[in-house]
Amino acid sequence: MKCTRCRARAEINLPSHHSAFCRTCFLSYFCRQVERTITKEQMFTRDERVLVAVSGGKDSLALWDVLIAQGYQTEGLYLDLGIGEYSSLSRKKVEHFARLHEVPLRIVALAEEAVPIPLAAQFTRRAPCAACGKIKRHFFDRYAKEGGFAVLATGHNLDDEAARLLGNVLHWQIEHLAREKPVLHPTHPQFVRKVRPLYRLSEFETAAYAFLRGIDYVIDECPNSRSASQLFYKDILNRIEAHMPGTKLTFVQEFLHSAQPLFVAPDGSPPQACESCGMPAFAAICSFCRLMREVERKAMRSKNWGAVKTEENADHPLSQPTDS
Amino acid sequence: MVRFGIVRIILLPQNKIVTLSGDLRVSVVLKQLSLLPSTVMVIRNGQLLTEDELVHDGDEIEIRSVISGGL
Repeated sequence: MKCTRCRARAEINLPSHHSAFCRTCFLSYFCRQVERTITKEQMFTRDERVLVAVSGGKDSLALWDVLIAQGYQTEGLYLDLGIGEYSSLSRKKVEHFARLHEVPLRIVALAEEAVPIPLAAQFTRRAPCAACGKIKRHFFDRYAKEGGFAVLATGHNLDDEAARLLGNVLHWQIEHLAREKPVLHPTHPQFVRKVRPLYRLSEFETAAYAFLRGIDYVIDECPNSRSASQLFYKDILNRIEAHMPGTKLTFVQEFLHSAQPLFVAPDGSPPQACESCGMPAFAAICSFCRLMREVERKAMRSKNWGAVKTEENADHPLSQPTDS
Repeated sequence: MVRFGIVRIILLPQNKIVTLSGDLRVSVVLKQLSLLPSTVMVIRNGQLLTEDELVHDGDEIEIRSVISGGL
């Protein structure tokens, strides 16, 4: 197979674009796609400071790499979720990337600032991903605002967007569909703009970019995501894509162009300040603080301390027995 | 050590090793392993292979999943 642009040996075949690329042309294509998305969707400018949420995976590090190369002012934010070996490895990868590129990185360890995900899931008896999403959103919002950033960028790719859209359509999650956009403008002074510059690039493309750029990312998946419904939706969409290349991109693009504007989030009271942390809340306290209170309450009540004392969270205050 | 007469394939992130024999197209390898081309990168000697490329006896191939989930 030859590169569509320069006729050199192709390394990447993109049936959805009727194109194949050699290494050099693919990297140039990828960067142009990201730049075009940022500009077209008016995500941010080079004068604005961008906080990049990085997990150590291919997507977020690929995004950070492109933004650095394109001359944007970036800082990384890594949340150490306290998920054993997986978190230790991903943290090392992110720290290595930041050192290599000499870019600022802020690390928030949930074991110090809140509660590690395994403990949160155990005490709330919720799926780890549910607690994880809530805690991540809180710290992303909080640090974006406290750090004076104009915008928070995440590495969600086309497959993430298509899988989420499919899930929301199958369950007619109208409120979620109304908010499903690559740019979310703040609905409260404590929020900053949230953007997804990779939303038009597939998972294969972000992985290929990370590989060809020599980015050392975590290949292993989060151990908690193995049964995530998102993986099931991705599998279905990939089967469709194999028969009809371009379906995922059309699904997302046409939704955003034709259908999304028809979904309107229900009018409700504007968020107030959380009595506990000051972040936006639709009740007296925000969902993050509610979760933390639930964890603390159940930790106090728990009699089976041995069950929560795993190697990685043994030192956390909530895993220590108390007299109460 | 490379053993000739087979194509040695390492699947990541499972860290599973499989072997196939003969000169095979990447598309055939993926079909035999029940993998869709858009879900994996096929890597040989630091280069990505497209579906039409041939893998030969003695080759060492890495097939790396690109799927992530649980955001």
